[in-house]
Amino acid sequence: MSVVLGVTDLQIAFGGVKAVDGLTFEVHEKEIIAVIGPNGAGKTSAFNCITGFYKPTGGSVVMEGTNITGKRPADIAAVGVARTFQNLRLFNDLTVLDNVRAGMHLNRGQSWADAIFHTPRFKRSEAAYTEEAHYWLDFVNFEGPRGVPIANLSYGQQKQVEISRALARKSKLLLLDEPAAGLNYTEKQNLLELCRRIRDLGTSIVLIEHDMGLVMELSERIVVMNFGSEIAMGTPAEVKANPAVIEAYLGKDEEAEIDGNA
Amino acid sequence: MSANTFKSQPPRRAGRAASVLSGLLENKYLGWVALAAALLAPLLTASPYSLNVMTTAAIFVMLAAGLNIVVGYCGLLDLGYIAFMAVGAYTSGIVSRAFDLPLLFTIPAVLVMTILAGLIIGAPTLRLRSDYLAIVTLGFGEITRITANNLAVTGGPSGIYGIPKLLTFGDFSVHSPAVFYYVTILIVAFFVLASARLGKSRLGRAWRFVKEDEDAAEAMGIHTYKVKLMAYIFGAVWGGFAGVLFASHLTAISPKTFIFLQSALVLMAVVLGGMGNMRGVVVGALVISLLPEMLRDLSEYRYLAFGLLLVVAMVFRPKGLWPARPHEDERKKKKEPQETAVDAAVARGESR
Repeated sequence: MSVVLGVTDLQIAFGGVKAVDGLTFEVHEKEIIAVIGPNGAGKTSAFNCITGFYKPTGGSVVMEGTNITGKRPADIAAVGVARTFQNLRLFNDLTVLDNVRAGMHLNRGQSWADAIFHTPRFKRSEAAYTEEAHYWLDFVNFEGPRGVPIANLSYGQQKQVEISRALARKSKLLLLDEPAAGLNYTEKQNLLELCRRIRDLGTSIVLIEHDMGLVMELSERIVVMNFGSEIAMGTPAEVKANPAVIEAYLGKDEEAEIDGNA
Repeated sequence: MSANTFKSQPPRRAGRAASVLSGLLENKYLGWVALAAALLAPLLTASPYSLNVMTTAAIFVMLAAGLNIVVGYCGLLDLGYIAFMAVGAYTSGIVSRAFDLPLLFTIPAVLVMTILAGLIIGAPTLRLRSDYLAIVTLGFGEITRITANNLAVTGGPSGIYGIPKLLTFGDFSVHSPAVFYYVTILIVAFFVLASARLGKSRLGRAWRFVKEDEDAAEAMGIHTYKVKLMAYIFGAVWGGFAGVLFASHLTAISPKTFIFLQSALVLMAVVLGGMGNMRGVVVGALVISLLPEMLRDLSEYRYLAFGLLLVVAMVFRPKGLWPARPHEDERKKKKEPQETAVDAAVARGESR
């Protein structure tokens, strides 16, 4: 399997605090990887470094052979990295469809002159945008209204729209930051099934998640972080048995397995 | 009282009336109705005074349409917008007088100069947000005015006068106020339509994404710097062309015309009308430019009444008289048949 994303010795420091200190992992094609760790371990900081929102102070990020370390977020997105945010970052005053269309911005097909004169090219392009937006909303099984401002929808529906917006980017890699947070049991089961369908599209997934049940069931490999450092990496079974991981989650001298909700 | 009678009580009728009204307001032919009204207006009153007021109002609508791109669509607070009008007016005035050309032929020069002005104000301010941006644009507006006040080529404090007509061939020239009014209305209508259409395009959506959440927009691959620069450039061009019309209308321009109050009034028109909604902005611009004329009978209390009315309007309609209400039709067709095209494209791994 070819490597999609290669992260090598990634580091970022804010003043004296090393939020991420030497993170190294690879993501292969059609692979689902989870990044776990206690709060403040540097998981989201690592995501922000990979997607260009923070400039790493050391290390490298390579996406399909292109070095994207320290590039602008928009350029990294163009190379093929899509993401969602830990706290929903939707365009609240815009309609559901417009939110999904944001993911399609890099699809060309119309210029501003086409828009001013409403050329046939413009109408074709707009129709294609709309059709594709509906496609991705169907893909995540979104059942709410699609022509209303997204602020009117429930939290679960907003989470679905955020994922379909990222999917509309049609990228090789999808970074999900706590996709299951705040979801109920059924919604989590749907998310599990959705992630597998996304993988089957040929998209690799890296997710940050605290729900261990979901992580263990879904991911092929797990990266465990604590205090900015990578303390373990391996299959769910390997990670579960790793003493350093147990210590990070449950403290020392505690014989317990990590399962259920951590 | 049975449930049945309860159901048919007034609220329902009020609801229907409201939906009829909103149906009318959202009607896509409303713009053409407004254009027809503007074209027919001189049949009601065509005194030199009223033509002058209406022409000025039309030019003001165009300014508001331009600022709506910058502030309403892209959310970049601009307190020096009138500078772009100054750049357009001075450029066309200077070029037409130097080469003895009708104003229409100065348009390429105006385009170049306004785009340059848009880049000059846009490029250094791309990293700034809200308050900071407002201060820099305020400074830009004042710098432009003071520069015009002190340069020889702009005629110093007395400005430029004797600016030629918009268009002259042979004996024909656009100089009668009525003809100029019609020419102005057609030009303004085009720019208003263009601005409204831009708002509903790929670029217009990108502006709104940037306004709503810059980081999320970046994460979707939208180059926020480029998108913001485009907003400045479009706003500058709209303002510049309004300046050409303005120069032609008054045949004289001076730095006194381009004071901060003017920028504030244009911004007021956009906010009062409803940021981001082109129809609302046109209404706002008409209110701001026509209301002081209508209140003329109040003589020295005119601006007091004007200010009070604005405050009342903003208290009762805090989002503007006619705010943008994002709404789209739900999908009507069955989903099975129409899915296949995208499905196939996705399966092939294509990106369009």
